[in-house]
Amino acid sequence: MKTSQKVAGATANYVDERTGAAKWLKKNLTKVFPDHWSFMLGEICLYSFIILLLTGTFLTFWFDPSQREVVYNGSYLPLSGVHMSAAYDSTLHLSFDVRGGLLMRQIHHWAALIFMSAIVAHLFRVFFTGAFRKPREFNWLIGVGLLTFGIVEGFLGYSLPDDLLSGTGIRIAEAILQAIPVVGSYLSFFAFGGPFPGTSFIPRIFIVHVLLLPGLFLALITIHLMLVWYQKHTQYPGPGRTEKNVVGYPLMPVYMAKAGGFFFVVLGVTAFLGAVASINPIWLYGPYTPGQISAGSQPDWYMGWLDGLVRAAPPLETHAFGHTISWNILIPGLIIPGILFTGMALYPFIESWITGDKREHHLLDRPRNAPNRTALGVTAIVFILITLANGGNDIIATHFHLTINGIMWFTRIALFIVPPIAFVITKRICLSLQRADRDLVLHGRETGRLVMLPSGEMIEVHEPLSDAKKWTLTQHQNPDALPAPLPASATVGLKGKIRARLNRANAVQIPAPTLSDLKELGDGHH
Amino acid sequence: MSNQVERFQDPGLPEHVHRNADVDPKAAKRAEQQVAILFLLSAVGTVLTIVSYIKVPKDKFFYLPIMGSTNVQQLLLGLGLTASTLFIGLGAIQWAKKLMPDQEVIAERHEFRSEEVDRAELVETFKERGAAAGLGRRSLIKRTLGLALGLVGLSPLLLLRDTGPQPKKYFNTTDWAAGTRLLLDPAGTPIKASDLEVGAVAQVLPELPAGTERTLENTGKDAVLLIRLRPEDFNLDAERLSWTHEGIIAFSKICTHMGCAVALYEQQTHHLLCPCHQSTFDVTRAAKVIFGPAARPLPQLAITVDANGYLVAKQPFTVPVGPSFWERNSSNG
Amino acid sequence: MKRLSSFRRNRIAGPILVVAALFTIGSAFAVASALPSAQKTVDSGTSTLVSQGKEIFLRGCSSCHGLHAEGGSIAPSLIGVGSASVDFQVGTGRMPMADMSQQAMQKKPVYNAQETAALAAYIASLAPGPASVTNESLTYERDGNTALGGQLFRTNCAMCHNFAGQGGALTNGKYAPSLMGVEPKYIYEAMVTGPQSMPKFTDATITPQEKLSIIKWLQAADHEQNQGGASLGRVGPVTEGLLGWVLGLGLLIGAAVWLAMKAK
Repeated sequence: MKTSQKVAGATANYVDERTGAAKWLKKNLTKVFPDHWSFMLGEICLYSFIILLLTGTFLTFWFDPSQREVVYNGSYLPLSGVHMSAAYDSTLHLSFDVRGGLLMRQIHHWAALIFMSAIVAHLFRVFFTGAFRKPREFNWLIGVGLLTFGIVEGFLGYSLPDDLLSGTGIRIAEAILQAIPVVGSYLSFFAFGGPFPGTSFIPRIFIVHVLLLPGLFLALITIHLMLVWYQKHTQYPGPGRTEKNVVGYPLMPVYMAKAGGFFFVVLGVTAFLGAVASINPIWLYGPYTPGQISAGSQPDWYMGWLDGLVRAAPPLETHAFGHTISWNILIPGLIIPGILFTGMALYPFIESWITGDKREHHLLDRPRNAPNRTALGVTAIVFILITLANGGNDIIATHFHLTINGIMWFTRIALFIVPPIAFVITKRICLSLQRADRDLVLHGRETGRLVMLPSGEMIEVHEPLSDAKKWTLTQHQNPDALPAPLPASATVGLKGKIRARLNRANAVQIPAPTLSDLKELGDGHH
Repeated sequence: MSNQVERFQDPGLPEHVHRNADVDPKAAKRAEQQVAILFLLSAVGTVLTIVSYIKVPKDKFFYLPIMGSTNVQQLLLGLGLTASTLFIGLGAIQWAKKLMPDQEVIAERHEFRSEEVDRAELVETFKERGAAAGLGRRSLIKRTLGLALGLVGLSPLLLLRDTGPQPKKYFNTTDWAAGTRLLLDPAGTPIKASDLEVGAVAQVLPELPAGTERTLENTGKDAVLLIRLRPEDFNLDAERLSWTHEGIIAFSKICTHMGCAVALYEQQTHHLLCPCHQSTFDVTRAAKVIFGPAARPLPQLAITVDANGYLVAKQPFTVPVGPSFWERNSSNG
Repeated sequence: MKRLSSFRRNRIAGPILVVAALFTIGSAFAVASALPSAQKTVDSGTSTLVSQGKEIFLRGCSSCHGLHAEGGSIAPSLIGVGSASVDFQVGTGRMPMADMSQQAMQKKPVYNAQETAALAAYIASLAPGPASVTNESLTYERDGNTALGGQLFRTNCAMCHNFAGQGGALTNGKYAPSLMGVEPKYIYEAMVTGPQSMPKFTDATITPQEKLSIIKWLQAADHEQNQGGASLGRVGPVTEGLLGWVLGLGLLIGAAVWLAMKAK
């Protein structure tokens, strides 16, 4: 036996005698994971998070989370002698005087942007394939939680350097706090340790950003992954794949190599962005003071939709009995986001209420086969895209020779008109795609080759689909795949009638072809 | 014609297709070399990182297309780090794709639901041991436990009380009072009416009592924008007109929407634009909101000149400045 | 010949023809527009600068600004605007205005330096106003303070022109232009004269020395090297977010697709 094998054996024995690890390692090293590129989106989130932890720790070794006033005398000359907070000063020091400091700052911020976009992409994948259905509702809730906390964490993170742009964002956040009825001014004074901007806010959000929220993330991500591990990953429908199995590759060696390798790829791409693309150049923004502002002030993209909503809000306030309620802040800043996120969180339960489907699902839906859900998802995305665009309306106006006034009015109207249109169009597209699938199965693939029959007739050769393809395109309407119709007792009363209505609308499908249908067609080519 | 509808059947896992490297030893060798090259590139990347860190000076820049004049050390450190990590990943993935077994494997899923026996036993255990604890029977214990836990939960809330003072009347006052001189920001010098021409603006702050340091909190409430128009351009009532001086009008610079500094003055239209959410204020009509989400005009500061001709405030602001809050009496704007 | 006629049926024949046509038209246009326009001859030997300027004014400006520069409904009065205004507006090509849109756009100047000086002298002769300056007379390198300039810029200018002087949106399609690559004298003259939407910054509110500091800071910003890589336009998080999605997530999804593809 080689030395390395002897050492490995001895170590394994040492650990196993104390933990009994051999048993669960044996079981888990052979665990099967289905392979599809869209399953890697969640991994991008996970790896970005690790990158954030690593680069973030580096940054804390130099960053000073204090708002005490200092005079800058570092190497960036355009700010020589300028009064600023120690937080801003230490960020400048990191950027100009610490080797690799700016690189780490940039990798950290790019990783944050990628973290959030991967969460959103992963959310889309899970939503449109119905992976949130039983038994994965808890994981969906954790995911919505991760998205929400991610937005907060990112906002707090880029506010730490106390620069003009992020300080403006904090001012706006303080105005939202202040606008809360009854307790707003108190909450603001407690959060900021007194009047805005105060000197307590940055040190406090520092602890939230580096300790409390990362701790929360670690806990939530661990539960999220443990659930995936235990419940096993979902898989796309296809030949050999059933609700009762998982088809894929084993953890060792394939998945370890692919997933482990992908971690390094994410690290590499983030490092690449940090190397070649400037991000958050705080020395250009200048230190924060409430008396200054820059044209084109925006938050990071994942808050851009909030900014767009606030910009588009009508100027509504209630002035009554010596009090003021700012609907122009509360509606876009708290109420609409609250409705969106609550709706998102509750969606699995809403959908299962509509469909009456209480079964487990491990096979994913092809989005076209769930037209209502897909259309709803697209509607929400369109809504967010309109608000996101409005968040950058001044930059769009200058670059595309439009007016901010025009974009604003377009947004105010489009937010109401466009999403329902998007719903209808998407649903129709899904049903069309289902029809196309049906045609494919029944008539085969059009090859584009023309053949003249002995009778003189010209026909196009259609290549029949393989059995595997036929199965994949039709399995979603097999009797055991479809939910049972709602029991009569569930459709009484107003609530029941609404449920029945939604259930019927949701069940609209193009009937998938069966083997009988195919046989009936005979051998016709056309 | 049978009544039974025949459905398509699951044909099972497709035939495994071998990769080149599975059947051809030369292809396998080539794949191995590819993986090796990728790992070597990573090593090169690490060397590049180390060399850039030690040898390249911090302040050297060179010109690259698209990127412009770029810091050499930052770029090389970054590219080195990129190479050192990316190629490990690409190598590992290529290794898995080309050489590791790619036979699809099937594993069975298990029912999550516990056995009926276990469920029943759990319920029994819970009932038995719950009864043994006696919480149900001993209502005195239950109630006092509830009281103790409820009260102890209040202590964290209590301990956070000193995170900040109460706002009290803070929002209602600024450092502007009758006779306070207007000082230029950031120069700090006082300003005369003749210093402004029609169409000119100035950023001003109040003169603070001697020895008082100006903090950002002060600025956040006191910042004022001074604008000079032709007197005939105003469309104001008599009272507001008396708050101006020879066409010079002063407004709080803190947006009444969400507190950004409103200072984009369009000289020809006499509009003030806040760049945060595009609220637009009409200076000729006492900063009335004409577009955007702000619901209240910018508070106007009444100004006049003192004996030496310097611009001074006539009186404090008559309404709280900045964004709204619950206790704000907004009947006067 | 047979090769050419059979090439007609090739599927890239169409695109090649389009490209060739575009190239031909484009080159022809470039050549045509590069031809020097007829020189405006002015006999400077017999007229003074002011009367030369008056001549040019009557020819090219009076139709909007009035025969005596008194202005009208479509253009403001130029009496008292000073040679600084003329040097700025005409020198940057904003005037004569190409169309009656919201804002005079910077474009290739119609008048050369000598004609601009003549116009400026004429307008200055009508009434006292701010005087034009030359780049050489602006001793910002010696007398300006970059850091102070930055503070002044952020307090007085960034709200329209953006923190790095990249420009910004105003209402109804107006905009504050980018200040990158603008000659120091035009910056100075713009501050003093307050062109169109821009307010005036008199020498009392921003002293000449402070104005020099602002110019020095702008020059530094213009030549500022990219510490962290490609600058992405220096407009903030909008372009950063766009790149993060397109390049960041795009590359990673590309890697994921490659990862999951069966190897040959």
